[in-house]
Amino acid sequence: MTDSPTEDRRSVSRDSADRRRQTRDVFIEFQDLHKSYGPKTVLRGASLKIFRGEVMVILGGSGTGKSVTLRHMLGLERPDSGRVLIDGEDITDFTEEELYVPRKKFGMLFQSGGLFDSMNVFENIAFPLREHTAVTGDELENVVREKLELVSLPGTGELMPVDLSGGMRKRVGLARSIVLNPQAILYDEPTTGLDPVTSQKINELIISLQSQLSVTSVVVTHDIQSAFSVGDRIAFLNKGIFEWVGSTAEARDSDHPLLREFLRASAVVAAQPTDSSAERPEDSAPASPGVSRDSGSQIG
Amino acid sequence: MTAESSTTNQAEELILAPARSIRDSVLDFLLYVGGLADLGMQTIRQTFRRPFETRIFLNQLDQIGVKSLSIAGITALFIGMVLALQTAYALANFGGKLFIGKVVSLSLVRELAPVLMALMVGGRVGAGMTAEIGTMKVTEQIDALRALASSPVRKLVVPKVLATTLMLPLLTIIACGLGILGGLIVAVGNLQLSANFYMRSVITSVKYNDLASGIGKTFFFGFTIALIACYNGLRTTGGADGVGRATTATVVTASISVLIMDFFLTKLFLLISL
Repeated sequence: MTDSPTEDRRSVSRDSADRRRQTRDVFIEFQDLHKSYGPKTVLRGASLKIFRGEVMVILGGSGTGKSVTLRHMLGLERPDSGRVLIDGEDITDFTEEELYVPRKKFGMLFQSGGLFDSMNVFENIAFPLREHTAVTGDELENVVREKLELVSLPGTGELMPVDLSGGMRKRVGLARSIVLNPQAILYDEPTTGLDPVTSQKINELIISLQSQLSVTSVVVTHDIQSAFSVGDRIAFLNKGIFEWVGSTAEARDSDHPLLREFLRASAVVAAQPTDSSAERPEDSAPASPGVSRDSGSQIG
Repeated sequence: MTAESSTTNQAEELILAPARSIRDSVLDFLLYVGGLADLGMQTIRQTFRRPFETRIFLNQLDQIGVKSLSIAGITALFIGMVLALQTAYALANFGGKLFIGKVVSLSLVRELAPVLMALMVGGRVGAGMTAEIGTMKVTEQIDALRALASSPVRKLVVPKVLATTLMLPLLTIIACGLGILGGLIVAVGNLQLSANFYMRSVITSVKYNDLASGIGKTFFFGFTIALIACYNGLRTTGGADGVGRATTATVVTASISVLIMDFFLTKLFLLISL
């Protein structure tokens, strides 16, 4: 298992992330973020540093504000107080137009894919190129084809989003998010709503893109299997603050009571037999070093 | 003492609850108008930014203008016919037949065609715009646009607002023509007037000021209808149910706005023409 190509890529990616972290090259930083929607407070002083080149997983239960943190990175939401720094630049008070520059540094995979219904797959992926580059004609076609191959969906350019399955939509969304070669990719619940086999394919795709593109990745999820598969570090969000931040290995051994409880509860849910997992072929079992390998002994 | 204090609190609550409700409604209204004005300013600003979305704009001209022709035509034709019949009936004792051309043409050009086109097109086009943008909002497509460093205002709002602002006056001109034609059909077919007399009556009655007032209003109607439709779409929340609510709100708000604006714009154009 550890000799698999996925593991090799994973290992190379982690070494690279470790090196970058040692230089303290912070790419995304939250400073004491507060955010409320009417009477509901979502963030209560969240602070976090995400280093260039690493895969940071933001873990937490449903409704804890994980996606809200992701949206703050792009300026899609503005904090009530606190600062958001991207690549050393404070974007908190940027206008919508000023935000275009930092946004071009990111690619984002939305929970539902966020594909434009009125455009086919090709047009969806070509959209950022047409908006922000002078690429046209054959060159544009080649770039789109290359990205479709990268997400293992060659020859699907003519399909409309409505014709795609949930997993395919996410992969097309991913192809669109990387078409401008961003410095960072944000994943909002990349495996939610997908069957275990497709979830694993998405996890492998994240790892593969990470090693091929050497980007900073932020994955928001409540799926611990996915978190341990793809992450270098984990930030555990609870009640609007990052309660715990550390490496995936440290997370497994952490004695933080809330994190332990979350991981234990998630492991129990993941361990419960389902029809789909029972039918899953052996060769598609998770290639991760995470919960699938040792959750019973180390997390519990 | 406690009982007294409790009674006082209840009395205060009885007075304060409606006051709070009124305050919240006023605040909501002001926020809505403020948001609408902000979107209007952004739309005007983005209209002059390059690149202009020509393909989307032409598509909208087709959607809003060409595809509204049938509904506009049928409405105008039958309103003209009914107007001719009602005028002949109501003014029968005063030789009303002779005034049919004047009444039909002036009513249509100054008031009926602009307002009816605004209401019909506002209902058809406005609801469609809100449903489209609202669905994009709840399915994260608007967020995706913003995340891809594109402006939803430039991509979605500007072409729709501009196309509606230009197409509503054109539809109104066509509606005026068809309404007058409807009046002619009834005048000649039912009321035994000569076509020549009816048309001469129309031409001598309708002055430049009438046309300017009637058609001029529709530019404002078109801009407002599309702006309300886009704004309601952009602030949609809550899935399919939210899209339904936003669409209904657009039809109601746009219709009421058109009727209120009509009064003030008519006054304004009367002042200008004096």
